[in-house]
Amino acid sequence: MSMPQARCLPTWLTTLVVAVAVFVIVTMLYARGIMTSYVYNVLQLACIAAISALGLNLVYGFNGQFSLGQIGFYAIGAYSSALITKEFTTYWSGAQFSTLSWLQAGMIGVVVILWAANRLHLRQLFSRLNKALAELRRMERTILVAVVVVLITLVLVAVGAALTWVLQLGISALLTALIPALPAAAAQSVLFFLALVTSAAFAALVAYLVGKPLLRLHSDYFGIATLGFAIVIYTILQNSDMVIATMKGARGMVEIPMWTSWPWVFGILFVLVVVMRNLVYSSHGRAIISVREDEVAARQMGINVPNAKVIAFAIGGFYAGMAGGLYAHLIGFLHPSTFDFVRGFDPLIIIVFGGLGSMTGTLVASGLFSLIIEGLRVVLPQGFEDWRFVIYPILLLAIILLRQKGLLGTHEWGWLQPPHVLLREVAVTGGNPQPPEVIP
Amino acid sequence: MSKKRFMVLSILMVVAMLLSACGPAVAPTAGDATKAPGGEAPAGDGTVYKVGLIVPLSGDAKTFGISTMNGVMMAVEEAKAEGFNIDILVEDGKCDAQEGTNAATKLITQDKVHYIIGAVCSSESLPVSVLAEQNKVVQITPPSTNPAVTVNEDGTVKQYVFRACFLDPFQGVVMAALAKELGATKAAILYDVSNDYVKGLAEYAKESFEQGGGEVAVFEAYTKNDTDFSAILSKVADANVDVIFLPDYYNKVNLIAQQIKEKGITATMIGGDGWDSSDLELDLMEGGYFSNHYSPQDPRDVVQNFVKNYQTKYNSMPDSFATLGYDAAKILIQAIQEAGTDDTTLVAQKMAAIQYSGVTGDISFDEQHNPIKKAAIIKISGGQTEFFKFVAP
Amino acid sequence: MRLTWLRTPLRIIAWMVYAALSLVIVYGVYRLIQFKGATYFFQALLDGLRLGFVYALIALGYTMVYGIVRLINFAHCDVFMVGAFSSYYAITSYGWGIVPAIILAMVVCIVLNIAIERMAYKPLRNAPRITALISAIGVSFFLEYFTALRFVFGADFLTYKRPFDVVVWNVLGLSISNITVIIVAVTLALLALLLYIINRTKVGKAMRATSQDATAARLMGIDIDRIITLTFGIGAALAGAAGVLYAIAFPQIWTFMGIMPGLKAFIAAVLGGIGNIAGAVLGSLLMGEIEVLTVSFVPFGSRIRDLVAFLVLIIVFLVKPTGILGEPQVEKV
Repeated sequence: MSMPQARCLPTWLTTLVVAVAVFVIVTMLYARGIMTSYVYNVLQLACIAAISALGLNLVYGFNGQFSLGQIGFYAIGAYSSALITKEFTTYWSGAQFSTLSWLQAGMIGVVVILWAANRLHLRQLFSRLNKALAELRRMERTILVAVVVVLITLVLVAVGAALTWVLQLGISALLTALIPALPAAAAQSVLFFLALVTSAAFAALVAYLVGKPLLRLHSDYFGIATLGFAIVIYTILQNSDMVIATMKGARGMVEIPMWTSWPWVFGILFVLVVVMRNLVYSSHGRAIISVREDEVAARQMGINVPNAKVIAFAIGGFYAGMAGGLYAHLIGFLHPSTFDFVRGFDPLIIIVFGGLGSMTGTLVASGLFSLIIEGLRVVLPQGFEDWRFVIYPILLLAIILLRQKGLLGTHEWGWLQPPHVLLREVAVTGGNPQPPEVIP
Repeated sequence: MSKKRFMVLSILMVVAMLLSACGPAVAPTAGDATKAPGGEAPAGDGTVYKVGLIVPLSGDAKTFGISTMNGVMMAVEEAKAEGFNIDILVEDGKCDAQEGTNAATKLITQDKVHYIIGAVCSSESLPVSVLAEQNKVVQITPPSTNPAVTVNEDGTVKQYVFRACFLDPFQGVVMAALAKELGATKAAILYDVSNDYVKGLAEYAKESFEQGGGEVAVFEAYTKNDTDFSAILSKVADANVDVIFLPDYYNKVNLIAQQIKEKGITATMIGGDGWDSSDLELDLMEGGYFSNHYSPQDPRDVVQNFVKNYQTKYNSMPDSFATLGYDAAKILIQAIQEAGTDDTTLVAQKMAAIQYSGVTGDISFDEQHNPIKKAAIIKISGGQTEFFKFVAP
Repeated sequence: MRLTWLRTPLRIIAWMVYAALSLVIVYGVYRLIQFKGATYFFQALLDGLRLGFVYALIALGYTMVYGIVRLINFAHCDVFMVGAFSSYYAITSYGWGIVPAIILAMVVCIVLNIAIERMAYKPLRNAPRITALISAIGVSFFLEYFTALRFVFGADFLTYKRPFDVVVWNVLGLSISNITVIIVAVTLALLALLLYIINRTKVGKAMRATSQDATAARLMGIDIDRIITLTFGIGAALAGAAGVLYAIAFPQIWTFMGIMPGLKAFIAAVLGGIGNIAGAVLGSLLMGEIEVLTVSFVPFGSRIRDLVAFLVLIIVFLVKPTGILGEPQVEKV
């Protein structure tokens, strides 16, 4: 794909320099008042879109699973993180960590249930039970096994719930002891970070639970099922006030602390890009990519295909949840209409636009995407505001038709390129062979 | 794509980003016929009052946005004709929180407006109100009924944010009282669960109707995109109600009323200010009532002039959005004139204490920046709307 | 392990569980019918049927195109919207009757859809499949926002004037309107025509061949491009007719009207097994019934009708990954 480069600087350094430069320039421009907070805001939104799109790029671009459900995980991340931080800022009653601790404990509880169910080898248990009951008629057997299934599930859930309850008390006590002890600014940052990570992990867990059964579906069917998931989430959000009053349903959740700022967004994007890059070029990443290339062949090579799929999907959910959390604390207001399924096309458009399976492409395309939509707002003269969304699809169509594989195809830039693995030189070339340059 | 071309592309992108950052170079200047010509000689002290207008101009709420804009533009033109120096910039909020935020930050930080009229949907108005409060920009929203627009959650009032419409509790009570006056004891309420204006109105109407001893036999929700109401209406037909509350906008009401007729239900329909539109199918609503901000039959000059001018200018009857937009702009202009400066804090104070007499009645603001004004009940009979009575808060 | 001694008690337990479950189900069905009386139940069934037939016409268009080019044509629902608008203008401005209005809508949609196919899909025939999907989304956005401009259709919600009077018959306590009759009749007629074209004509044979294996069909001398264009034409004709019928059933049109029925119909097509004509009709009828029965009988049903519909879809997928009538996917090695 790419030629081995004879460069003075290692690629990681150039990439780091560019990233730091972008960060510093934007910070400086904003601090000096040259960049208005409009552009500053749009840049943050672009980075948030990039995070969500990166997640989808792993699911679709690298793993080949066509998903339209990214917006659902985005919504989960947004609402759960908002619930956590809002509780913290609104009520200083000593119970301000209940959402956070319940969410964390609940996730641990679910993971433990899953782990236990896995350890118990339930399937084998049931087949043995079935065999043991061979005396009975088939119908009777089925119902008895079903009763046992229900009983075991109930026991597991009860154990998980008990564990959750105990853990919740512990976590809540820990947080109540630790966080107020910190200085206010630090407490806020720690809490924001915890909220983001917890809600993203929650989105990832939901993605895991949803993906586990659904990922058996093939291509478009999986896409439609995830679209269904997104719409289910949307409907739940609209009726959320019936369950959790603070979510307010269609009234919209107001006064979420606006803690998201450029350093947060850029820092998280940077970290997530690094993680994604290292994941994709690790052995797990190669397993994920091999599933996209050929599922059957991948299975023959000993790759656990369902596992690779669900891991990619859960990580994709994590990214979307993180983006959602940042979004909620940027706008400070959440409304179900933001998570409409039509908006769910945005990350898909971005990754196709940038080139499927190209991280650089995703980053560039999300910038370009925001630039087009907001740029048109700036460029169009007064009286033509309603042309914005007429011109945007025309541009989209033009780019798609002209560059059918996206802006960058599968190319990457800088450190995001696949690491150059040196092969042992077998053939002796004429003249004096160059010593192999090692590029980390 | 080669490396070089990619570099060129990325540089281009960054440059473009920065260019858009240097706002004034590409910022739109008012050049439309409906707006102030750039080189107009400034009147008075020479201050140009920059006003931003945020309305949905794309998406399915566009028609509401256009009505609001029409009303606002009329008020602005009248003010200009009187020599008031005002410059108005329109932005699209798309009835969406993110777009609304972007529109508001652009208007506030890039175009440096000091006043915002808008937005239409509560989901736009809420984030805009937070930005307005932060940046000390006076905002008046024509039709957003969500209480959170003007009031913080801890009960404090947003100093710079006002609204021109009445709140759901008042209108809900008016609707319920009207139903009782008509002798109804059993009611059905159908509402849109995804629209907080409709939902609020429905809930308050229900509460008030039940407090008055009535029975709400059917309280059913639907969602924004539903067009088939047959199942809900079967329930309504089954319950044999006296009145049906339809607190939605005229478009949904038309659709539901059509299906009500097809089901053979004859109950009286009662609605809110969302009904006020020339697009309301009057023959379907025959015998129905709705509460409104004003009555077009009101003999006061300001009403008659407004209706006449609107008709000549836009060739249709003003709907509630246009009326509220007109009054919102007028209130803002009067507050600025009373303050006499471009100091937004002073303007906000003047607005809070305003005594304004406009199309939708004599308006003053209560402590929570909601207008105190009468509601007009409009009756539909013989395919015509006619004034029924006023209800004071 | 021999469990002879346990046999009888186990058996008794099993049958008791069975009995309990069946009792619950029977009681549920009984309550369902007795909830508001049998008339209410059958009226709901009838309403669901009407909704289902409207979905069916849209779903057929989706399924046709998907069967041939494997493209989820998101622009289909906007073609549907254009069909509704063109018949609206024909009826209100020129006083056309229903049959010419439907034919006009079909013609307009055919021209539009073939133009879209030529411009937005044909150049992408050899590109990855997703590119065509994004292109379809782009076309869909364009049609929605462009037609909402003032000089096209405008952003208003227009009330659709039906070209005939509504007559409601009362049969055994059920109210049936002539709208229902027209919808069912037109849908069945078009379905019959479609089945005739596909199963009895040469073109239909070519279509079936293309859908099975496009490359092999080309080698057999079938002009694939022509077949694809034709498919888009037929799909558009169905969308046009569906647009008129939808507007007659729910008489209000605006430029975003296509999104929700389009999505529902598409989901219905997938539910039945996409690419399968009978599946599309079955899925649509099921979808209509699910929606109306949910609203009628489930508590808070009207708030969660979409949720129930999509949950059913997901459950069907888990049991049968390619939809009810879909052919199981064969893994090619």
